[in-house]
Amino acid sequence: MGQSHIISVLLENEAGALSRVAGLFSARGYNIEAMTVAPTHEPSVSRMTILTHGSAEIMEQVLKQLNKLVEVIRVQDLSDGPHIERELMLIKVHAVGSDREEVKRLADIFRGRIIDVTDRSYTIELTGTGEKLNAFLHALDPGMVIEVVRSGASAISRGAKSI
Amino acid sequence: MNAPHQNEGVIPDALATELTGAEIVVRALRDEGVEVIFGYPGGAVLYIYDELDKQDAIQHILVRHEQAAVHAADAYARATGKVGVALVTSGPGATNAVTGIATAYMDSIPLVVISGQVPVALIGNDAFQEVDTVGITRPCTKHNFLVRDVRELAQTIKKAFYLAASGRPGPVLIDIPKDVTAKRCPYEYPEKVLLRSYKPTIRGHSGQLRKALGLMAEAERPLFYTGGGVILANASVPLTRLVRHFGAPITQTLMGLGGYPANDPQFLGMLGMHGTFEANMAVQHCDLLIALGARFDDRVTGNLAHFAPHAKIIHVDVDPASISKNVKVDVPVVGDLGSVLEEMLDWVQESGLHGNGPALERWWQQIEEWRSRDCLHYEQGESIIKPQYVIQKLHELTGGDAIVTSDVGQHQMWAAQFYGFAKPRRWINSGGLGTMGFGLPAAMGAQLAEPSATVVCITGEGSIQMNIQELSTCQQYKLPIKVLCLNNGYLGMVRQWQEFFYEERYASSYMDALPDFVKLAEAYGHVGLRAEKPSEVEPVLKEALRLKDRLVFMDFLVDRTENVYPMVPAGAALSDMILV
Ligand SMILES: Cc1ncc(C[n+]2csc(CCOP(=O)(O)OP(=O)(O)O)c2C)c(N)n1
Repeated sequence: MGQSHIISVLLENEAGALSRVAGLFSARGYNIEAMTVAPTHEPSVSRMTILTHGSAEIMEQVLKQLNKLVEVIRVQDLSDGPHIERELMLIKVHAVGSDREEVKRLADIFRGRIIDVTDRSYTIELTGTGEKLNAFLHALDPGMVIEVVRSGASAISRGAKSI
Repeated sequence: MNAPHQNEGVIPDALATELTGAEIVVRALRDEGVEVIFGYPGGAVLYIYDELDKQDAIQHILVRHEQAAVHAADAYARATGKVGVALVTSGPGATNAVTGIATAYMDSIPLVVISGQVPVALIGNDAFQEVDTVGITRPCTKHNFLVRDVRELAQTIKKAFYLAASGRPGPVLIDIPKDVTAKRCPYEYPEKVLLRSYKPTIRGHSGQLRKALGLMAEAERPLFYTGGGVILANASVPLTRLVRHFGAPITQTLMGLGGYPANDPQFLGMLGMHGTFEANMAVQHCDLLIALGARFDDRVTGNLAHFAPHAKIIHVDVDPASISKNVKVDVPVVGDLGSVLEEMLDWVQESGLHGNGPALERWWQQIEEWRSRDCLHYEQGESIIKPQYVIQKLHELTGGDAIVTSDVGQHQMWAAQFYGFAKPRRWINSGGLGTMGFGLPAAMGAQLAEPSATVVCITGEGSIQMNIQELSTCQQYKLPIKVLCLNNGYLGMVRQWQEFFYEERYASSYMDALPDFVKLAEAYGHVGLRAEKPSEVEPVLKEALRLKDRLVFMDFLVDRTENVYPMVPAGAALSDMILV
């Protein structure tokens, strides 16, 4: 399976650019675990974060093939150095009776925030690394979960330099 | 260019300075120096056709199928080194072009394909003759564009030509909605394009170059292995000098043929699945493999785990993604081959580096031993024509200097093995995609590129029927192509695989009900000739070559069950060749 990698891509904010990247991954059989994209402070440039895994040789190809796309401005494997990864999760859970207190306590421990409440449910917002979000999911009784939506990871390198 | 138009929403006094999208397309093509384009009209491109008709700087060749337009433009590019241009309509016009585009993409051929599209307002509505052309062609173009605004048209065309020809070349498609070709805006053709996201590397890293040359000087059993990149980069002159300087043997891929003169004793012939015994053995025993503009394709390497097991590998390529993709490389060099080889030659001069004399002598002794196996040997008897013999005779009668296009199959391999190309851009075939139907339209493109050259299309009775309608185009434009059909009555290459690997079960490889090709040629207004006996081969070839201004279709009835040898079965090591 190979190691996990977080790849950052700066690309022209143009129609078709996203599907070029997605098409590259599917055509060449590379894995995508998650992919996020949005414009940066410069409106003509989008930044994409791709979570993938594979051997060192495959990663070398992934980076080269991404670089080869005409609309791709820069590519970096953030896993090569210190970096910060954050993902947002919104999770709706059944919360009745004694469970209400239990869920609230758990959300506090994970520094989540309850952002919507009904008499039978809570919706919790949680940010962190993918691992932390997974841990929170594991801590919940699976029967309680109504729905989960995750943003996919965004990541940035540590220090003053940009990609 | 100032002819009146009935376009809606045009301000009259802007007429003098503003051009319609269609006018812009034609002007931009002229500003790019385009002389010939290949195409087929339809609703979405009629404004463009209207403009083409009003000028005569650009010749438009009307093909009979859009696939042929793209193959012809592709071969025009391969013969000249210029960017080929094709024009097709929306929907079926574009989908018919896809095989041509994919063919060019696999062989890295610079093309600009312009497709019509339904008007902007209808895009996404399943309009008549609408397909998502940029979506369909995204994986088989170097890049593509949908132009939604006439003001972006000129610079998009500029970008397309720049992208097609620079770096690792490839086809670029521009999809233009019909209303964009009718709208007006001021025309200015940009001098240059700047793409912040696209900067191909030209010059190789000097340190790496020197390291590579050091290895070449030390190697005891060096081997040059060169591909289509040498042709694309017009690097055969510096290549030839470098190879001669080091005195090492050289082998070429199917796409690389002609990059080094085939009659030179240092040339070992093609390598790979149908490579020569000496070339494949040299790969398996060399201690240094110098790969130039080649991409370690599976048809070349055979089983990767056993490929060149004793060799250090130097790889020079303009595309970094080609390096270490299939085979781990010891000395990678990214750069344009022309520039890299020239710099290598300069450094050789300066440093006095040269080949490893005594070791090379032993290496050549070994190679000559392999060569004496005479792996391409065949016996031409009295009664049945051997296909190899036809190609060999063609070589003799044309001095290795014809432009030869081919289709795909056994005839293609025999052409590659027996024609012996003396120069680059003389061998035009679909190596990467292996597209049957390429040969005849390719010959049209080559003949238009080199009107006075002898252009021969080597084909099979299967392949030729995939684009035989182009005989009509050849008549319209009086293209004096020589079609050389090795007619074995079988989809020969398929039959060969079935003989070797499917216990001689010939499922659907026999073609019944073949047309009489001589009569068919005549029906199109051409000359048809047939040879059934070995003694007729030379007279037929001579007669065809004598008829300089006619298309001649030569139908050679050849040995029906001849096989291409040597053959490395798919997935086997290169040294595991099936020999005659
Ligand atoms: C468009 C297309 N379809 C199918 C094939 C598979 N194919 C490869 S070679 C071959 C047989 C070609 O027969 P023919 O043109 O008669 O040439 P021969 O091998 O007999 O010389 C076939 C069917 C192909 N390469 N291209």
